[in-house]
Amino acid sequence: MNADKILDAKGLACPMPIVKTRKEMKDMESGQVLEIHATDKGAKADLAAWSKSGGHALLETREEGDVLKFWICKG
Amino acid sequence: MTVTAWTAKEVARKVLDRSPLFILDVRNEDAYADWKIEGYTIDYLNVPYFDLLDGVEEIMDKLPKDREILVVCAKVGSSQMVAEMLSDEGLDVAYLEGGMKAWSEYLEPVKIGDLKDGGELYQFVRLGKGCLSYMAISGGEAAIIDATRMTDTFLDFAEEKNAQIKHVFDTHLHADHISGGREIAEATGATYYLPPEDAEEVVFEYAPLENGLEVKIGDTPIAVQALYSPGHTIGSTSFIVDNTYLMTGDILFIDSIGRPDLAGLAEDWVGDLRETLYSRYRELSDELIVLPAHFMIMDELNEDGSVAKKLGELFEDNHGLNVEDEQTFRDMVTKNLPPQPNAYGEIRQTNMGKITPDEESQREMEIGPNRCAVR
Repeated sequence: MNADKILDAKGLACPMPIVKTRKEMKDMESGQVLEIHATDKGAKADLAAWSKSGGHALLETREEGDVLKFWICKG
Repeated sequence: MTVTAWTAKEVARKVLDRSPLFILDVRNEDAYADWKIEGYTIDYLNVPYFDLLDGVEEIMDKLPKDREILVVCAKVGSSQMVAEMLSDEGLDVAYLEGGMKAWSEYLEPVKIGDLKDGGELYQFVRLGKGCLSYMAISGGEAAIIDATRMTDTFLDFAEEKNAQIKHVFDTHLHADHISGGREIAEATGATYYLPPEDAEEVVFEYAPLENGLEVKIGDTPIAVQALYSPGHTIGSTSFIVDNTYLMTGDILFIDSIGRPDLAGLAEDWVGDLRETLYSRYRELSDELIVLPAHFMIMDELNEDGSVAKKLGELFEDNHGLNVEDEQTFRDMVTKNLPPQPNAYGEIRQTNMGKITPDEESQREMEIGPNRCAVR
C-alpha cells in the first residue's frame, strides 16, 4: 500500500506510538496516508480506537514478524 | 501536587478493605467495557488517554476532590502521563504500577482455616482474573491445587512457611488461564497430577489423578482425596481436604455453575455435569466448605476476601443447583452461553504442552475477564 509518509515507532511503549502518530498527522493533508511501524501490541487496539475517534480511516493492519504495520488515511 | 505509584498489592488491599476509590481508566473504550478493576466502593471514569493528549482540563470537573484517585491503563506509560498532567492541575493522584497486566497477575493469599491436626489452608485470590488456587500446608509439606502461572508467588509462599511442595494438582485441563502446575512441579521435584481423561493430548509426563486417589502431607497426615466429578471437562475432579473442604474446580462456583462447552463437547458433557451437581455432590455432607477454582463477580467474595461457602447453603441459594427439569437445565448450559474466554483454544494447547508461548504472549492470551460459568 502506498503511503505519503512513514513513521517508525518501533520499540516505543504506550502512549508514544499514538503521541507520535498524532504529531505526524497534524502536518499532513486530509486524504494523505501515514504508514506506522510499531512493536507495542497495544498499538493495535489503540490506533484503531484513536483513528475512529479522530475521524481518520485505518485502511489496513498487517503483522510482519514482531512488527505491526498500520496505514491510516487522514480524515 | 504529588503523583504516587501504587502496586497491584496496594490496590488489592483497598478493594478488599472497601476503601472509597475513584478510578480514571485511560484505556480505550472496548478494553474498559470488557474488563476493569472491580470493587464495591469504586467509582469510575473512562476516557482514553489519546483523548487527553491536549490536556486534562475537560475532565477536571468530573474528578472528585474528596477521595483518592487512581489512574489505570493497560501497562503503565499512559496512566503515568495522565497522572502527571492531573498533578500539574493541582490534584494528588496515583497510578497503577504495571497497569492492568500487573492487576491481572496479582494474587492475594487469604487464609481459609486451620486443618484439624495442625496445618493451614490458603486460598490465592487472583482478583483481576477471578482465578482461585489453593495451598494446604502441614508439618513442613505442601500440596497445591490449580496453581496459576505466577509460580514465584507459590514457591515464595511455601518457602516463607518452611514447607516443601510435594504434590501439585490441576482439577482439570484449564481453558481460561495458563496453569503453573507443571512448572512448580519441575522446580520442586513435586508430583504433578492431571486427570487422564483431560490429558490425552498432553505431551509431558504426569501422574494420573483418579477417583479415590489419596495423598497425605506432613507428619500429621492431612488427607487430600480425589473425587471424579466430570461436566466442565470429562476429566474434572474435585478434592476433599481434611474431610472439611470441597475443592470443586470449575464444576460448581458460589453463585453459578461450570459451563460444559470449552472443549467443544457441551452436548456430550451436559449429562455428566447434571450427574455431578445433582447426584454426586448431593451424597456429600452439607457441612463441607466449597472452594471453587473461580469467582465471577465481587458478590461471591466474603468480607475477608475469601471465596468459600458451605455446600448446604449452595444447595439452597445457587440457581444452577435448583433447576428441577432436566431439559431446562440442558438448555441453560448449552444455549445462550456467555462469550468463550479470550484465546481459550491456545490456552488449552499451552496447558497440554503443545505450544510454549513466551511470557508476553501468555499475558496477552489471558487478558480479559473470567468466563467459565453459566449463571
